[in-house]
Amino acid sequence: MKLVVGEGSCGIAAGAAKVYDALEQAIGEKDIHLGITGCIGMCFLEPIVDVYDDNGELGARLVKVNPAQAGRIVDAVSSGDLSSIQKLMIKDEDKTFLDKQTRIVLRHCGKIDPTSIDDYLDDDGFQALGAVLDHMQPEEVIDEIKTSGLSGRGGAGFPTWFKWNAARHAPGDEKYLICNADEGDPGAFMDRAVLESDPFSLIEGMIIGAYAIGCKDAFVYVRAEYPLAIKRLENALKIAEERNYLGDHILGSDFSCHIHIKAGAGAFVCGEETALIASLEGERGMPRLKPPFPAESGYNGKPSNINNVETFANVAWIIHNGGKEFAKLGTEGSKGTKVFALSGKIRRGGLVEVTMGKTLREVIFDIGGGIRDGKEFKAVQLGGPSGGCIPASRLDTIIDYKALQATGAIMGSGGMVVMDESTCMVNTAKFFLEFTSKESCGKCVPCRLGTKRLLEILTRICAGEGKEGDVELLEELCNAVKDGALCGLGQTAPNPVLTTIHYFRDEYDAHIRDKSCPAKQCADLVTYRIDPEKCTGCTACSLRCPVKAIHGVAKSPFEIEQSLCIKCGSCYNNCHFGAITRE
Amino acid sequence: MAQANTVDLSLIEEILDEYASVPGSLITILQKTQEVYGYLPMDAIYRISERTGNSPAKIMGVATFYAQFRLQPIGKYLIYLCKGTACHVNNSDLIGATIEQELGITNGETTEDGLFTLEHVACLGCCSLAPVMMINGEAYGSLTPQKTIQILQDYRKKEASA
Ligand SMILES: Cc1cc2nc3c(=O)[nH]c(=O)nc-3n(C[C@H](O)[C@H](O)[C@H](O)COP(=O)(O)O)c2cc1C
Ligand code: FES
Repeated sequence: MKLVVGEGSCGIAAGAAKVYDALEQAIGEKDIHLGITGCIGMCFLEPIVDVYDDNGELGARLVKVNPAQAGRIVDAVSSGDLSSIQKLMIKDEDKTFLDKQTRIVLRHCGKIDPTSIDDYLDDDGFQALGAVLDHMQPEEVIDEIKTSGLSGRGGAGFPTWFKWNAARHAPGDEKYLICNADEGDPGAFMDRAVLESDPFSLIEGMIIGAYAIGCKDAFVYVRAEYPLAIKRLENALKIAEERNYLGDHILGSDFSCHIHIKAGAGAFVCGEETALIASLEGERGMPRLKPPFPAESGYNGKPSNINNVETFANVAWIIHNGGKEFAKLGTEGSKGTKVFALSGKIRRGGLVEVTMGKTLREVIFDIGGGIRDGKEFKAVQLGGPSGGCIPASRLDTIIDYKALQATGAIMGSGGMVVMDESTCMVNTAKFFLEFTSKESCGKCVPCRLGTKRLLEILTRICAGEGKEGDVELLEELCNAVKDGALCGLGQTAPNPVLTTIHYFRDEYDAHIRDKSCPAKQCADLVTYRIDPEKCTGCTACSLRCPVKAIHGVAKSPFEIEQSLCIKCGSCYNNCHFGAITRE
Repeated sequence: MAQANTVDLSLIEEILDEYASVPGSLITILQKTQEVYGYLPMDAIYRISERTGNSPAKIMGVATFYAQFRLQPIGKYLIYLCKGTACHVNNSDLIGATIEQELGITNGETTEDGLFTLEHVACLGCCSLAPVMMINGEAYGSLTPQKTIQILQDYRKKEASA
């Protein structure tokens, strides 16, 4: 028997490492193996412990485990009778979360131990690389990727084979391959999951790419906020090199390739490829005009090819199973699968990988279980600061590069943040502009000043100081920034504003004309009061007020000191007597 | 805060020996220097300048471009409060207000006892556990004001008994 604890960053944040320690102690000398795996993807059920039988089959999946239950689990497992831990087992309705997915990128995630190359090898690992080095020419590799229809998962969706081909045919002997693991969208964690849960598959995809392009050195640019991902990748690189899947004369062939890790230093714009290259060179991460494209002039002025983590994670599967198999999945223009990081007000948040062509509704409702706490769905945000908000009326949009773009949003890299009726859409636009104006590198005027001005107008509207004509002004400015900005950051920064205006114009009008926030989120437009008739003086609100703005004496009515109140709604949500009003 | 820049520069000599002459390693040098001191002391910047041949102005240009670099010392416990989209939607502002109230510091500040520094970050990658904070690399998810206060007080207690 074997117990496996899901130890991705989110599992650990939920307490998985403590569960592991408790299990280790409870097992003691007993004949039970204990191991770890990466992110299973069901973040809403973490910490998760999988029970495998002696044939390596998954016997039971235990969820929301806490360290105090370790003894019981170990007793049940060693007796072979799991009935005493029946209550910890995953519910049937939650199982649909995985059943409705198609896992290619995440094929090993949550199954193998990410620190063990043998686990990876047992699950078809490095078979594709073996085949490539044994009997495929670089052109054949590129052809196979072309047949698959794989396109870039970093956001823009550019055909991968085309970029590889351009880099292969660019003049010069010194070329570079770069993996973009900057994952800057604040609400996305697909790439982190792959790095933490299946680093060998990234390595395999990268070496195949390096072989196709003809380069000896490759980089992974990882964001600094991902310490565990960096650690697991470093470990995997070391082992892969020891076992000759990486380094000189890989698998005894003539091909040599080294992969280096570079940690980013916290700048969203460095996800943009020319800025990323500047950052790799140790400079300020400022983007530059294209052309020349990196395929002609990239790292150190040499031909370079940049792909996203998820793009690379598809490669070994495609080579192993054939480009045709991959192309069978998806729609005419979007092949294969896409991974989304589902979060926000969703009931079942986590990592979702579905074939292209599924609808947003299927992902959010069938897999994600819809909205938490019985509230209404309002919008889903795709593509982060470069993307947009899609309303309920467009939930049947399919996951396809073109179809999503037609809504005004984008496929993006995979962030999917679900919002309910308590999320203000003007405030959401403001939130993204706060982000982009701060992250603007300052090189070009439309982005540097344009995002600031947009933010000022949005801030004014949220504060109840909006004027007639503000919406039109926003639209005009948005178009100017879109047209004038130098790089993708500025060109897409207006998207959250434009989509919220397009689909939620009434909310803008309510803020501007009626000075009211329909979602009751904008602090300046909401007032909380305690109705002295209904207040029993139970102290529940005052204890929960984070800024200690609620005063009174137990058993008599309390009062809110308005000058201190931050309008967080804690009191409102915790009053058992309906004594708190919100206007 | 006045800068007391009397730091032991010998601590970064090894880093400089390894990277000073490797082209393109300025960011790596700054990261490793910050690991040593917790921030980038001015003296260290001058020393890096001497060894790498980059002007102090250029080094400052890089150091101030990236959010990761700090020019001021930090507290013993560095709190990253996530301000990403998922956390924002799940009311991370409330957690921010709770921390500010409990510790009496705002974004970028350090408590007077030198114990805690608060820093806002964009996303910690644990979005499905939003709202999230990370203290010295350890992530805490599904925060409520009560839970946040408890966690901070536990750190305080640990310090008091240490
Ligand atoms: C502001 C900005 C941020 C970006 N951030 C990322 C990112 O975090 N990860 C990523 O893979 N691509 C990001 N991109 C896209 C990259 O520039 C590039 O298109 C991508 O890495 C190419 O890989 P792909 O073809 O595999 O998608 C960003 C682009 C812009 C304009
Ligand atoms: S948005 Fe907070 S962890 Fe991602």
